[in-house]
Amino acid sequence: MTGRATKTIRVNTLARVEGEGSLYIKLVGERVADVKLKIYEPPRFFEAFLRGRHFSEAPDITARICGICPIAYQMSAVHAIERALGIQIPPAVRLLRRLFYCGEWIESHTLHVYMLHAPDFLGYADAIAMAKDHRAVVEKALRLKKIGNRVVQLLGGREIHPISAAVGGFYKVPTEQQLRDLVGDLEWALEASLETVRWTASLEFPNFEQDYEFVALRHEGEYPFNEGRLVSNRGLDIDTAEYEDHFLELHVKHSNALHSVVRGRGSYLVGPLARFNLNFDKLPETVQRVAIDVGLRPPVKNIFRSIVVRAVELVFACAEALRAIREYEPPASPRVEVHNRIGVGQAITEAPRGILYHRYALDENGKILAAKIVPPTSQNQKRIEDDLREYAPRLVAAPIEEATWKCEQAIRSYDPCISCATHFLKLSVDREENTD
Amino acid sequence: MNSDSRHKPRIGVFKFASCDGCQLSLLNAEDELLGVVGAVEIAYFPEASRAMSKGPYDIGLVEGSITTHQDAKRIQEVRKQCKTLITIGACATAGGIQALRNWKDVDEFIRVVYATPQFISTLNLSTPIADHVPVDFELRGCPINKHQLLALITATLAGRKPNIPSYSVCLECKRKGNVCIAVARGVPCLGPVTQAGCGALCPSYDRGCYGCYGPMETPNTSSMTSQFRILGQANSQVARAFRGFNAWAWQFRKASEECERT
Repeated sequence: MTGRATKTIRVNTLARVEGEGSLYIKLVGERVADVKLKIYEPPRFFEAFLRGRHFSEAPDITARICGICPIAYQMSAVHAIERALGIQIPPAVRLLRRLFYCGEWIESHTLHVYMLHAPDFLGYADAIAMAKDHRAVVEKALRLKKIGNRVVQLLGGREIHPISAAVGGFYKVPTEQQLRDLVGDLEWALEASLETVRWTASLEFPNFEQDYEFVALRHEGEYPFNEGRLVSNRGLDIDTAEYEDHFLELHVKHSNALHSVVRGRGSYLVGPLARFNLNFDKLPETVQRVAIDVGLRPPVKNIFRSIVVRAVELVFACAEALRAIREYEPPASPRVEVHNRIGVGQAITEAPRGILYHRYALDENGKILAAKIVPPTSQNQKRIEDDLREYAPRLVAAPIEEATWKCEQAIRSYDPCISCATHFLKLSVDREENTD
Repeated sequence: MNSDSRHKPRIGVFKFASCDGCQLSLLNAEDELLGVVGAVEIAYFPEASRAMSKGPYDIGLVEGSITTHQDAKRIQEVRKQCKTLITIGACATAGGIQALRNWKDVDEFIRVVYATPQFISTLNLSTPIADHVPVDFELRGCPINKHQLLALITATLAGRKPNIPSYSVCLECKRKGNVCIAVARGVPCLGPVTQAGCGALCPSYDRGCYGCYGPMETPNTSSMTSQFRILGQANSQVARAFRGFNAWAWQFRKASEECERT
C-alpha cells in the first residue's frame, strides 16, 4: 500500500484562551501541508476610534481592548503619550506603576498557570474538574489570583478596566498605610508562588525545543516592565521608538489579527520565555536560585515549559511588589501637570503575554491624529503556526483526540489573548484517510 | 464542566465582539467560584473549559455586541438554546465602544487598521443583543460588577426579580460621603446621568464619572450638557463625553447628537 494518510486536526473553538480562534492543521503523511491559526474574533477598530479623541482618554479607551490585561494597555498608552509630550514622571509614580504591573502579572499568570494551562498537563477539561481531585491546589490558585487583583484594585480602583491610571501619573495614589496592608497577603503569595514553581516543574513536558528569536525589553538595572531597550538573542538592540523600522505587520487572509515578523528574518517569540532568557541576570539572585533549583536555566527553548517560567515570574512579581511597598514614599502630587503639545511618542511595555507597542501622534490641542497598537499575541501568532508545523508531524501516530489536545496545549503555552490581537483564534487538525 | 450534575441548572457563557472582561468577572469571583460551580453546571464556557456541552441551557450569559453577519445569525441560535437570556456589559447592552463606528465610515476604519481590507467582513453598526433577540435582563457596566452578576444569577435561579438599582452614581457618592467633585472643584462628571453599580469609583478617585454604566433610569441629559458647558466644556467635548462606552444607548446617543448640532 502506498497510502499517504492525510490527517486533519481541527479545533473550531479554541478553549481556555481569551477571545475567539480556531486551529486547522492538514498532515499528508508526516508532512504538514497547512497550518492556520484562525482568528475569527470580530474585527475591532481601536486605532480608528482613538483618532480625534484627547490623549487623556487613551488609557481608558485602550484598556477596553482586553479585559485580562487592561493595565498593559494603560501602561503602554501613558508612556507613549508622555514621550510625545516630553514629560518626565517622578520616581514614586514610576515605582507605583511597577507595583500596578506586578498586580496584573500575579493575577494574569495565576489565571493562566492554574486555570487555563495546568488542566492540559493533568488531563482535565478545566480547573473546575481539576478542583474535584486537586481542591487545595485550585483554592490556592484562587487566593493567589485574588491577591494580584487586590493590588490592582487598590492602585486602579477595580480589577477590570481600572480607572486611576493617567497621563502623568495616577488620578489618586494610595497611602503608605494602604500599601502596608497588602504586605501580609503578598508574603503569603510569595510562598504560594514558590510552591507553584515546584508544582509546575514536576509536570511532564513533551521534548520539543525550537530555535526561537526571543524578543523582550531589557533594562540596565531591573527585570523589565515599563522601560528598556528592545533586544533579541539575534543581535537586535534598539530604542523602542525604532520598533516599526525593525518589525512588520502582515495582513493574512485567514485571520482578523495581523501577523508580525522581524524584518528580513521572520517569526519571533515574545512573553515570559523571551523575558526570562534575555533578562535572567536581572532577576534578584534569590529568584534566579528558585529557577536553577528546578533545572531552569536560560535559554529555555521548550515552549511547554513556559508554565514554569510563568511561575518563576510570579515569584518575581510578588518579591518586586514587596520591594516597591517597602520603598514607597507618596509623591508630592499624584500626577505631573500635562499640557497639549504637538508630538509623536512610542512606548513598549511588558504585558503578561509579552511586549505591547503603542504609538500616538498628537496635535496642538492634544487630539490624537494617529495611533498604532501591536499586541503581544499578534506578534506570537506566526510563531505559534511555525511551532505547530514542527510539532504536528510528531503526532501522526496519535489518536485524533489526543493529537488535537496536544496541539491545543502547545497553543495555550503562549497564553494567547485573541481579543487583544484583533484588532486573534479557532483550532482545526485536517486528517483525511487516503488509501490510494 | 461538571458532568455528574443532571439536576443542576445549566449555564452557558457566550461571547460576541468584546474584550472578555465581563465573562472574566465570573472567574474573578475568587471567593464564590467554587460555591457557584457547586450549585450550577457551567455547561458552556469556552474561556474556562474545553468541555463544551450542547444546550439547552437554563441561563445564557451573553457578552459582546453584534458586529458581523455570522454573529447576527449565531445570537438567534443562542437565544433558542437559553431559557433565560441575560446580557452582560456595555457591549451586549448598548453596543459598547465598538458602536463608535456607528457614526463613521466603517470601510475607512478597515483601511486604517487592516492592510488588505477585502479580507475583512464586518457590519456597519455595532448593536446591542436586544436589537436582535428578546433579552430577559440587561446587566450594565464596562465592566460589570461581579457582585451584581452573582446576585442576578442567584435571583434568576430563585425565580425572583433581581435587586439591581437604576438610580444614578450621585446616590452612591452621597452614601460614601464623597464631596461632589463637580460642585466643589468644577470637574465635569457624568455621575448625575449615569446608572449606579460601580460604587462611584471615579469620583472616589478624584476624577469625573465617564459613564461606563450607561444612562440611569431617567437621565436629564440636556441639563447635564448645560452643566458641562458652564464648566467650560465646548460642545465637541460634551459630545465626546457622551460618546464613550455606552455611546449607542439612546439617551446618550441623543445627547451627543444634539451637542454636535449646536
